[in-house]
Amino acid sequence: MGIAETYSRGRRFAVDRPGAILLVLVAVLLFGDLLVGLATGRTAFSEVGSLLWDGLMRGLVIGLAGIGLSMTYSILNFANFAHGDYITAGAFSGWATTYLFAGLGRADIGSLLLVGAGGSVFGGALGIGITGTPFAVIAGLVVAGVFAIALSLAVDRVIFRPIRDQDGITLLITSIGVAFALRYMMQFVFGSDVRGTTAQPPSLSLYFVDGAIRINMHDLTLVVVAGGLMLGVHLLLQRTKLGKAMRAMADNEDLARVTGIPTERVVRSVWIIGGGLTGVAGYMFVLWKGTLGFNDGWLLLLLIFAAVILGGIGSIYGAIAGGLVIGLTASLSVLWIPSAFARAAAFVVMILILLVKPSGLFSGRATA
Amino acid sequence: MSVREDLADRMPGGDAGLIVAVLLVTYAAYVLVGVGLGYSLRGQLNTIAVLTFYIGVFAMLALALNLHWGYTGLFNIGIVGFMAVGVYVMALFTKPIYTPGGAAQVGGLGLPLIVGIVAGMAAAALLGLVVALPALRLRADYLAIVTIAMSEIVRFSFLSSDLQQFQMFGNRVGFGGGSGLILDFTDPLQALFQSVGLWGAYLGFVDAFKAIVPTNPKPVVDGLVYGLFLLLFVAAYYWLLKRTGESPFGRVLKAIREDEDVANSLGKDTNQFKIKSFMLGCALMGLAGIFWLMTQGAVTPNFFRPRVTFFVWIALIIGGAGSNTGSVLGGAVFAAVLYQGPRYFKNLVDTVLPAADAPSSFGPAIAPLISNLNPAPMFFYTVDSIRQLQLVVMGLVLIWLMHNRPEGMLGHRKETAAGIPLTAAHARAAATDGGTAKNAANDAADDAATAGGDSDE
Repeated sequence: MGIAETYSRGRRFAVDRPGAILLVLVAVLLFGDLLVGLATGRTAFSEVGSLLWDGLMRGLVIGLAGIGLSMTYSILNFANFAHGDYITAGAFSGWATTYLFAGLGRADIGSLLLVGAGGSVFGGALGIGITGTPFAVIAGLVVAGVFAIALSLAVDRVIFRPIRDQDGITLLITSIGVAFALRYMMQFVFGSDVRGTTAQPPSLSLYFVDGAIRINMHDLTLVVVAGGLMLGVHLLLQRTKLGKAMRAMADNEDLARVTGIPTERVVRSVWIIGGGLTGVAGYMFVLWKGTLGFNDGWLLLLLIFAAVILGGIGSIYGAIAGGLVIGLTASLSVLWIPSAFARAAAFVVMILILLVKPSGLFSGRATA
Repeated sequence: MSVREDLADRMPGGDAGLIVAVLLVTYAAYVLVGVGLGYSLRGQLNTIAVLTFYIGVFAMLALALNLHWGYTGLFNIGIVGFMAVGVYVMALFTKPIYTPGGAAQVGGLGLPLIVGIVAGMAAAALLGLVVALPALRLRADYLAIVTIAMSEIVRFSFLSSDLQQFQMFGNRVGFGGGSGLILDFTDPLQALFQSVGLWGAYLGFVDAFKAIVPTNPKPVVDGLVYGLFLLLFVAAYYWLLKRTGESPFGRVLKAIREDEDVANSLGKDTNQFKIKSFMLGCALMGLAGIFWLMTQGAVTPNFFRPRVTFFVWIALIIGGAGSNTGSVLGGAVFAAVLYQGPRYFKNLVDTVLPAADAPSSFGPAIAPLISNLNPAPMFFYTVDSIRQLQLVVMGLVLIWLMHNRPEGMLGHRKETAAGIPLTAAHARAAATDGGTAKNAANDAADDAATAGGDSDE
């Protein structure tokens, strides 16, 4: 009987969800191809390991930035397209601070505050890095978070709050306007060139079967900072009343207000938590990849959206898990397809998930 | 609101009159400024040609977007992807066959221009189908994210070196990768006039134009004629969408926009309608993209950044989603004020202060302002970076519009769902035209039925 029941359940699943079955088949095929490649020596273990590590780093950045987006998405009910430019704004404010601390006395203050706009100062020449200038990096990290909080609160107060009761599409269009205004204002001030920001960080090589995986100090910094903040948010939302209030608001705002939850204060907390994490994510993203341009946040934004939808809107664990999946997809996809399509592969994964499970992997679990 | 409706009602010629009036005012403003600064006639004509070009393309794109968003409620922010596919497929079909030693790195299939245009539109519509199939079942904001992701996938694909060149039917073809694609087919205007046997007459007309512009009048005339050609296509788009909107098909689309569940419960397969509407709009966007880039000589993937999508959205929102007249007006106002306006302003400053040397970055621009209150470098830097700042202005305009006038200039007008005129005034006019007794009787009945509702007009 047990077997028959399992069989009929499996059959029902196959009939109801042909897309899911197909998706699993494709995944199994790709994984099998990878195993064959590893066994025959076509693909090196160390290459796969390096890509895995790279994808993990990318995923941590996306996940960290995605928490804020996911929270505002579920509580304010709109997709905030300005989120990517909060990332860039946080990164620029943080890096201006880092440059200032690391290069004070060695270059003029204006060039340092403009993060070396027009090639006036180079981060590599200042020896910026977590080991070289730890104090400057930590100060920059803090400023990036604080600045992004201030920016998101100010934008919310002036732009989003007056139209809070409108539908999600109105807010979405408005946020696109905010995004463009912010992005090109930053281009106006900081210039359009992509600048190198860090000196080569010290790295260690881990030997893995047939080669080495290089892990540098900035990777480790990213792991520590992102891991710590994710844990902190988890505790904050699980152990405090704020988390419960946020869940209530995501569920039904009117009911939450009737129950006596100060909804505006919760919204402000959401922007503070989300904005802070976003700014820090922007700073860490630049520290990790070593370059900074005014388009960075925007280019990351679509991957963050992919992660948030993949994980299920409103769930911070979903955002983190989705970020890791998207990061790993973008990195590992080069094993099968040309690297120019790596980003496209991440989007395709998102679209496939929308097809198979539109509510996301962690669906039905609003905020925490 | 009533003031604006009165404006449209009082305008002779109704909606078309309003559009013509706005266009005339725009041109007059541009010409007057040019005259004030002593521009040459050639410069003036060129300004008009460029302005007409942008009014044409933005009006076409806004109309196509109006079919998606204004009629059907589909939130498409991947417009630029459909434009890109239209242009690239058109180029693939119509570029001459590759010959070694030519300027172009890759060739095409060497087919006539019209074949390429149809193929480009078909490709854009097909891409629309591929996007629509998964996304239409989902919420509007998911469609938004899927479409914008699609437009970036398209851009990355054309940027990639894997599609730079490949073999097709034994010809060396391709999309040129990041360095772009030379559009070395016959000049579209030439092809158009040759196909109707008027190329000789056109060249004669260009020669006659020497009376106004003595040296090399052809580029000027070409620009003006192409602009006029685009305006004709705006009219065609307008007509097509008006007909679509008033047809039974269009009525279902509007029903979907208002409440999809109701349309569904009335037995309409709303997914079918949405997909058809989406594909039609995508084809029109592909065609608009072709018209935009066909005469530019070359195309690079990075032209198709999401900001172009954002331009079209602003044009539509200025005009008012849901109204075709509003879409055209929005396209014209956007092109004249927000898109060409700042660039024209920069030209003016360059003409008035030709020797000014702008600082290369923000630092040298702001330093004199802080140290000895000298605003000149900042001003020149601002004027020099007007192309970035105009995007800031557009963003602020969009925010302002969403706060204060989300319905735009003419948006969400109540369009009657009936194919025949219902109001008393129109009915009487129809009666004088029509004249049969049966019509008159119907009109009288209509008058009686609508008398109460119309008494306040």
